[in-house]
Amino acid sequence: MGADRLQRQSARNGWLLSLPALILLFVAAMGPLVIIVVYSFLTPGEYGNVVWEFSLDGWTGILFTRDIFDGTLGLADAHLTIFWRSVKLSILTTVATFALGFPTAWFIATRPAQQRGLWLFLITIPFWTNLLIRTFAINEVIRVEGVLNTVLLWIGVIDTPLAIIYTDTAVLIGMAYVYLPLMVLPLFAAIDRFDMRLLEAGYDLYASRWQVLRRVILPIVKPGIIAGSILVFVPSLGAYVTPRVLGGGKNMMIGNFIELQFLAGRNWPLGAALSVTLLVIVTAALLVYVKAANRGSNPHG
Amino acid sequence: MTEAVTIEARNAVKAFGQGEHVVRALDDVSIQIRKGEFFTLLGPSGCGKTTLLRLIAGFEMPTSGTILLDGADITDLPPNKRPVNTVFQSYALFPHLTVAENVGFGLTMQGRPKAEVSKRVAEMLALVKLEPMAGRKVSQLSGGQQQRVALARALAPQPKVLLLDEPLSALDLKLRKEMQVELKRLQTETGITFIFVTHDQEEALTMSDRIGVMSAGKLQQVGSPRDIYTRPVNRFVASFIGETNFLPATVVPGGVRLSTGDVVEVATTRPGAVTLTVRPEQVRIVAAGEAGAIAARVKFLVYFGTDTHCHLDLSDGTEVVARVQSPASGEAGIVEGSTVGIRFAPGAAQVLED
Repeated sequence: MGADRLQRQSARNGWLLSLPALILLFVAAMGPLVIIVVYSFLTPGEYGNVVWEFSLDGWTGILFTRDIFDGTLGLADAHLTIFWRSVKLSILTTVATFALGFPTAWFIATRPAQQRGLWLFLITIPFWTNLLIRTFAINEVIRVEGVLNTVLLWIGVIDTPLAIIYTDTAVLIGMAYVYLPLMVLPLFAAIDRFDMRLLEAGYDLYASRWQVLRRVILPIVKPGIIAGSILVFVPSLGAYVTPRVLGGGKNMMIGNFIELQFLAGRNWPLGAALSVTLLVIVTAALLVYVKAANRGSNPHG
Repeated sequence: MTEAVTIEARNAVKAFGQGEHVVRALDDVSIQIRKGEFFTLLGPSGCGKTTLLRLIAGFEMPTSGTILLDGADITDLPPNKRPVNTVFQSYALFPHLTVAENVGFGLTMQGRPKAEVSKRVAEMLALVKLEPMAGRKVSQLSGGQQQRVALARALAPQPKVLLLDEPLSALDLKLRKEMQVELKRLQTETGITFIFVTHDQEEALTMSDRIGVMSAGKLQQVGSPRDIYTRPVNRFVASFIGETNFLPATVVPGGVRLSTGDVVEVATTRPGAVTLTVRPEQVRIVAAGEAGAIAARVKFLVYFGTDTHCHLDLSDGTEVVARVQSPASGEAGIVEGSTVGIRFAPGAAQVLED
């Protein structure tokens, strides 16, 4: 009985010990979110602050825009374009990083054990450089007088420079480059655990190379594909620097649109409402994705 | 009666490595495996038996030589185009599929209709007595059950040849004995040619119709278990399969003269120094000084239950082991340190070529 009480006491002390960390986590994670949610229900101030007056304008502003002359609400096409572009580019980025990352991860996982470390190290090198600098490097490659166009013109593949910079394609290239390691690393971890002897079993049982990939490899490394896709899709949807530098300001994504509301637009409630919307889109997309990815593979739950 | 040949390897060579480090895992192996037989490739690890199996399966291409199936050259055919299935040492079951899906995998890949696949899967599961496990994940099965799934999976597409790569090595002794019987039953019931790879000589002797003994990338001898045991062609085969005695000898007219000076009558064609081999159970212990017996001294006895191993020294120190039936208790037996005579059963002694 005494021992029992001691145990309970020690469990309580354990909680007490982790309390500072819990408080920090709660305040740091939930605090800003609460502020953002509260701000989204307030009225924009004159100089880019908020007035403590309840209003739903921030939320209606996501989809509708008020005509400046007669004050009627109309559907905000520009906002929808931005949402659509964000989702489209994020999905394309995920697909592109998977298409490039899967062969890369497979290559690394099939190297001799003592070489794998070196290859993984090479994959992580870009993390040493600031995101902004990497993005400007891509800018330097694909701009009209950039490396790519210079080389292609010089060897005579094209007559006029490719106008890639400041288009959705430029943003896609930039994001795929920046987020590629986030796809490669979880894929590598999954492929590394994959039992290569199953390939022989597949071939032995009349599967073609394509069938072995689709029916054996992909279902087994699926946890890695899911993890990599989440790691790429989530930051892509909120990307800010890349569309800013490579999209040239006019090809905005949600991140840039939010920034616009908080700074130049002086509409904090709208910016806050957009931020919450982004959070909801990400959560919903993840739920749908994970559910779809798990369907069929595991009938017992 | 000439039996139809299912699998044939002609001068198969498989070399690994480059330059000075070339290792010949298979060194000019030619073999014919008959339709419907249980053929065992036996040898120590690294002898090339698994390499030969992988050449037949199509996982490896021979450096030179050809592989034929029913007389047709299949050397360049990829594994998924060969009507040959493998039971892997590690089983290599698909962890993301159920037992039934594993068994049906080959049939599905062949594009057979769904109804046919599920009918065949049910048949195969019945054959290996795993019907209640159809919906389970393979990770929920015991080692012996996984083994049965691997067998059912490989047998389901009705291959012309089933290759088994040391499939019993991961099982414990009792289960291994059960599976040996099970494998033999499956082979008889399906009539499929089995090529079984093992390093376990007892397994090879009890299960096979014929055995191919391999060593150092070469096929040493092919024959029935009885042939291999009673008429080994060389020292390696004689020592790898069962226990045996080796006695240095010289060929003389009508037989060979042992190092002790005794002459043993045995058929031989080769003159010069040879090795005489005789199995322990073919060595008879007789009274010392009996006419024609070789004098020996009983060094020590090892009791094995049904029989007793007598370790004997000949007059020049050559050691010979004789296996005799253990005497009933109380009966006077052979005593350690006593002098006796030994004889070899007629026809039991063999002259080895090298």
